[in-house]
Amino acid sequence: MGAIYVLWLRELKRYLRSRVQIAASLGQPLLYLLALGYGLSPVFRRGGEGNYIEFVAPGVIAMTVLFSSLFSGIQLIWDRQFGFLKETLVAPVPRLHIMIGRTCGAATTSLIQGLLVTAVAVAAGFRPVSIGSLPLGFAFLVLIAVVFTAVGTTVGSTLRDMQGFQMVMNFLVMPIFFLSGALYPLEHLPVLLAILTRMDPLTYGVDGLRGALIARGHFSPALDLAVMGGLAVALTLVGAWRFSRIEI
Amino acid sequence: MIDVEHLTRKFGEFVAVHDISFQVERGEIFAFLGPNGAGKTTTIKILTTLLAPTAGTVRIDGLDPTRQSTEVRQRIGIVFQDPSLDQNLSAWENLELHGALYHVPRKVRRERMESLLTLFGLWERRAELVKQYSGGMMRRLEIARGLLHTPKILFLDEPTLGLDPQSRNQLWSHVKRLNQDEGVTVFLTTHYMDEADRVAGRIAIIDHGRIVSLGTSAQLKAHTAAATLEEAFLALTGTEIREESGTSTDRMRMAARAWRGR
Ligand SMILES: Nc1ncnc2c1ncn2[C@@H]1O[C@H](COP(=O)(O)OP(=O)(O)O)[C@@H](O)[C@H]1O
Ligand SMILES: [Mg+2]
Repeated sequence: MGAIYVLWLRELKRYLRSRVQIAASLGQPLLYLLALGYGLSPVFRRGGEGNYIEFVAPGVIAMTVLFSSLFSGIQLIWDRQFGFLKETLVAPVPRLHIMIGRTCGAATTSLIQGLLVTAVAVAAGFRPVSIGSLPLGFAFLVLIAVVFTAVGTTVGSTLRDMQGFQMVMNFLVMPIFFLSGALYPLEHLPVLLAILTRMDPLTYGVDGLRGALIARGHFSPALDLAVMGGLAVALTLVGAWRFSRIEI
Repeated sequence: MIDVEHLTRKFGEFVAVHDISFQVERGEIFAFLGPNGAGKTTTIKILTTLLAPTAGTVRIDGLDPTRQSTEVRQRIGIVFQDPSLDQNLSAWENLELHGALYHVPRKVRRERMESLLTLFGLWERRAELVKQYSGGMMRRLEIARGLLHTPKILFLDEPTLGLDPQSRNQLWSHVKRLNQDEGVTVFLTTHYMDEADRVAGRIAIIDHGRIVSLGTSAQLKAHTAAATLEEAFLALTGTEIREESGTSTDRMRMAARAWRGR
């Protein structure tokens, strides 16, 4: 247990020390939120879909957590390059604890990022429909963080260096984001896109979050919770398995 | 304490460690002496649970590092040849983290941290982030950290590489003291023959993944009719120079440094 705590604390300390990176990583979500939010608002309203900022804010919050958790998971590659990983791997601690400590730390930092963006969205005029549904929204953020930290850990345990990283960005992260319905409603989509969105894990995270925050879920909250909860467990197991196979 | 039988490790087709066997007794100081690329680090990684053997058996205090890895890890301490510090934490935080991972009780941990940081001349700068440290200071911190808990077996992989003579002296005095007072078994590798001569009871000379000779310093010299261990070493391994073959990891690490502006 002690190991989980100290590794969690390490991630948090490193995060809080990288102020510049925190600021930089908030730039992209802010652009999506403000430029896209205000830019598409008139069209969206004319289409009879209501306020676009309202609609897109949960998507952008989910995106922030997606990017941040994937990158923290992939941070593993840096720890391998700079050698710190082997210090933790020879310690008399089960590898599972090491992995859980790292995952909790990464998930915590990406939740903080998500909450920062939420605060900005609120400042930009975003209003959740009810205070009572905020805990459910938070639960979805936690699930998104855990799912994608696990994906990051799996990728980070498998890639040996950063060369494969650009590939991962282009063929994994961007499709996950653009096919998730973070930016557009899931209704009335062309068949192919409709199928692809339903195969994207983030779709259910975004949908659950949107349901909780602005009561505009496409699926039922129970389905969203079940899919995200199941994936969180399954992908964490895969991540733990990949992590246990690391050779230095 | 360490029992190795017919150990082989391949990387693809390349045989890094080729059918080696040796025993290290409890309380012994044992040295692996060999040129670059001989297979010393690979052997240490296998003994310390970081790599699985391709063939052969290894026992650490009677335990199998592959199947009983946590039990083996409870018995060992290691100073790696390559950097393994968290550069974004301070020296103090690196030691705290290590102490917590190795379950050193807080009070003992603090006392040892103070005495080791003082011993290696880092006490004044304990609060600085490691990335501000010079190469030599990082090396001293790695060693201090490796000595923070008292293991049954201490592995030192070229610990004095890049150390000044004073720190080198401190290190070996400390290691000898641990060996005599606490009965710690020591497995070390080094490039420096005078060090092996000075601290080690028995020395194995390893080259191209094979043990070419094993015995006390006196035996090795007698065996090759050499006056010094250095002559014995050259007689056994030849005079050809071995380049460190820079693994992709090393190159990556350099690129990463350059990219981060350090
Ligand atoms: N992960 C690896 N993949 C491929 N080759 C490796 C790997 N690790 C070590 N080697 C090779 O194995 C040989 C022995 O390396 P090593 O044990 O580090 O030597 P030493 O520590 O004696 O200098 C070297 O030729 C090295 O390039
Ligand atoms: Mg080596």
